[in-house]
Amino acid sequence: MAGLSIENVTKSFGETNALDKVSIEVADGEFLAVLGPSGCGKTTLLRMIAGFETVSGGRISIGGRDVSSAGMNVPPEKRRVGIVFQNYALWPHMSVSENIGYALKVARVSRAEREARVKGALALVNMEQYGERRPANLSGGQRQRVALARCLVAEPSLVLFDEPLANLDVHLRASMEDEFADFHKRTGTTILYITHDQAEAMALADRIAVMDHGRLMQLATPHELYHEPANEMVASFISQGMVLPADVLTAEKKGVCKVRVLGQELVVRCRPGEKPRKDARICCRASQIEAVKGKDAGFAGSVTRAVYRGGAARIEFEPDGAPQTCLHFDQPDPVTFTAGERARLRLTSGWLIPAGEGA
Amino acid sequence: MSFAFKERQGQGMALTAGIVAIIVVFSLLPMARLLQEVVLPGGRFSLDVIRAGLVSNTTWVATWNTLCVGLGGTLFALVLGVAVAILVSLSDVRQRQAFVLCFVTPLMIAPQVTALAWLQLFGPSSPMLNLLGVAPPIGTPNPLYSPEGIVLLLGIQYAPLVFLIVRAGLRKLPRELVEAAQSSGAGWLTVLRTIILPLMTPSIVGAAALTFVSCVGNFGIPAFLGIPANYLVLPTLIYQRLAGGGPAVLSEVAFLSVLIGIIAMVGIVLQDRISKRRDFRITSTSLPAAPYHLGAWRLPVEIGMWALIIIILVLPLLGLILTSLVRGYGVTLSAETATLENYRFVVLEHAAASRAFINSLYLSATAAVFAVFVAIPLAYVIAWGKQRWIKALNLAVELPYALPGVVLAIASLLLFLKPMPITGIQIYNTVWIILYAYLARFLVLAVRPTVTGYFQLDRALEEAAQVAGAGLFTRMRTIIFPLIAPVAIAGGLLIFMTALCELTVSALLWSSGSETIGVVIFSFEQGGDSKYAAAVSAIMVATTFLLMLFASLFAKRLPDGVLPWRD
Repeated sequence: MAGLSIENVTKSFGETNALDKVSIEVADGEFLAVLGPSGCGKTTLLRMIAGFETVSGGRISIGGRDVSSAGMNVPPEKRRVGIVFQNYALWPHMSVSENIGYALKVARVSRAEREARVKGALALVNMEQYGERRPANLSGGQRQRVALARCLVAEPSLVLFDEPLANLDVHLRASMEDEFADFHKRTGTTILYITHDQAEAMALADRIAVMDHGRLMQLATPHELYHEPANEMVASFISQGMVLPADVLTAEKKGVCKVRVLGQELVVRCRPGEKPRKDARICCRASQIEAVKGKDAGFAGSVTRAVYRGGAARIEFEPDGAPQTCLHFDQPDPVTFTAGERARLRLTSGWLIPAGEGA
Repeated sequence: MSFAFKERQGQGMALTAGIVAIIVVFSLLPMARLLQEVVLPGGRFSLDVIRAGLVSNTTWVATWNTLCVGLGGTLFALVLGVAVAILVSLSDVRQRQAFVLCFVTPLMIAPQVTALAWLQLFGPSSPMLNLLGVAPPIGTPNPLYSPEGIVLLLGIQYAPLVFLIVRAGLRKLPRELVEAAQSSGAGWLTVLRTIILPLMTPSIVGAAALTFVSCVGNFGIPAFLGIPANYLVLPTLIYQRLAGGGPAVLSEVAFLSVLIGIIAMVGIVLQDRISKRRDFRITSTSLPAAPYHLGAWRLPVEIGMWALIIIILVLPLLGLILTSLVRGYGVTLSAETATLENYRFVVLEHAAASRAFINSLYLSATAAVFAVFVAIPLAYVIAWGKQRWIKALNLAVELPYALPGVVLAIASLLLFLKPMPITGIQIYNTVWIILYAYLARFLVLAVRPTVTGYFQLDRALEEAAQVAGAGLFTRMRTIIFPLIAPVAIAGGLLIFMTALCELTVSALLWSSGSETIGVVIFSFEQGGDSKYAAAVSAIMVATTFLLMLFASLFAKRLPDGVLPWRD
């Protein structure tokens, strides 16, 4: 049974489509991240799953029960969904325990049971001794944990995270990431995690849905997203991948084919069934570029920038054959490249981006 | 469709229906009734009322006078308010907080109390002038009984209003705009003339419109200063007609009050036109401009500012207190003759006065509490609602307050002169009609700050409760009410202070047994008992100060600008 099923969901505000036929299936107990630049529609998607926004078309069901479709919208308070808000949204006029117990109080759970469950939730996030505190007297990480405990206490079938780490400093982020992962392992709750931070998404999620301009670009495991992006958007968005024009020379054989890129012939990985074609695109990573000596290997160009970053420098390079393309790679110490210098580079590998899949 | 869905719809619809009902009863109904009386007297279309009003010479004289004191008072208030706002916001004068408190206080004091205080300051029987031995001889008229006197007092009463609006505008002035002009070589006065004042046009014009409406609708000041000189403006003309002719002249005064309404509307429309003529939008937000160093001028300017406070606040209040201590007309005040007898008389002995204290307390407290409880759901819909038409109804809430009080008073009279249909309840000539008018008139004073409060509140707090399973009414009770209550209550306190000494509405609606404090002060003064009027006024001023102090106690929990006297 699917934990959450989003089928062809569309949301239009007037003329524009904030979401365009998005379909995502989240398995029961899965941790799925929705990743995308700001304005890609990920927050709208979360608000529709929670029930704050109605859908213009398509269908959303949670735990097998339809909750949203064009003419129907189960109100948020009847969905049994938990949300961890970006700014925690803890009620300042209630103590930590009251915050956590609110959902149970609304559901008229008996006092004794309520207290026991609040205690359990506090223990789950290691906050037992803070029950009587006010949210204003907690640190950012503690507030985050209270927010987590609050959404868990009602045992929701689905928990939505709305960029929960965006307001925390870098050190706290790392430790909260660990806590979220640990928490998911312990409870086995289905989680949908909205973020614009790809490192966060990669670290936490079983699968990642990449969105852009209201459309689903690719839904895959972090490994697959990195190594086998389905289109140019994903290729360039994930880890600053470089997209280069190429001609496919041979048909696919054992998962690879031969292409010509920047005048160099190269064997790249590809999907089954690829055939020779012109105007293809390949994606390559900084680690797949290396400097070469000698005049015949690789391709020539000039270094446009060299930025030292401690231990290594990021080198930006403009090939002669494609003046508008910027390649970048890291050169570890000792750094020898300087801006304006002529050099030759070589690609070592890459991925052939499949044809005709969206942007 | 689930049962749950219907239940939520039901709560939402109940909320909307309640709000619409309140707006209809307290805003649309009285206004519609007033227009009906003018255009459709007795249910048939007729222009007789309008024709009769237009040919009457008194109408024209009063209209002309209204325009004169309205424009004069506005101009004076603008000059004073803008000058003070610029000095306080853009220069390095010291003791700003205390100065703002003192300067804004006249706005918190009822106009008729201001008028009374000033009268006590200048007349032949002025205890202060007599103490100093410079009083004019007995028999000379008080110089304030004149149009100039009215303009002066209107200006002082509403200069704080201008100040507050322009100050708010100046706070948003980004310092880059000033610094860019300075680095282009402009001196401070040039910057003021070419950059600051033009950018402040919307604030200044908005303040002018609001002040004009307030001046035109003011009853207390022209009643105290104009009636003795037989200088009538429209509100006082309406009062005199109604006092002399009773309900028989209702159609006539309805026309006059619509006339005031039209004059006020012209002011508002004009303001709208002027602000839309050019683009005054300030796009960036940043720190306020660095204060201008007055240098050697700082001390003289500061002395001038505090002298202003002494003139507009300290002296009149002193005059008021001294008069309240006088034994009788003509008795010179000294340490031996000073008495508290007047206070004892108005509090304990005078039946109408002691009734009025009770009445006004009940009326203003009820109006304040009602407004707080209505403002919270009403502002919720205005601030967070999705329906557009509700926002249009927001204008309807503003209407009874935006239009002069006389207009609403006459509308209430017309609405309740006959017993209410079906129930047959008669509230005319009771305290209830005053309560109705207060509720209608002052509701917006609580709604405005509450809407601001909602905009500053994170909506996620409500959404978190919603996903926790709480329905609309549960969320209102457990989440929204506790969070928004401080702002709404501060608004309620403003209503309480304003309604406590209210005169304009109650002067037209009171009857024996339902006197208000404003009416009692007015009656004492009309009957020549200035010392009693002064005693009641002094008590009210003291109460006002206490309330301001009390409200300031929880100022930290309120958004900026909710308490006008806090800088």
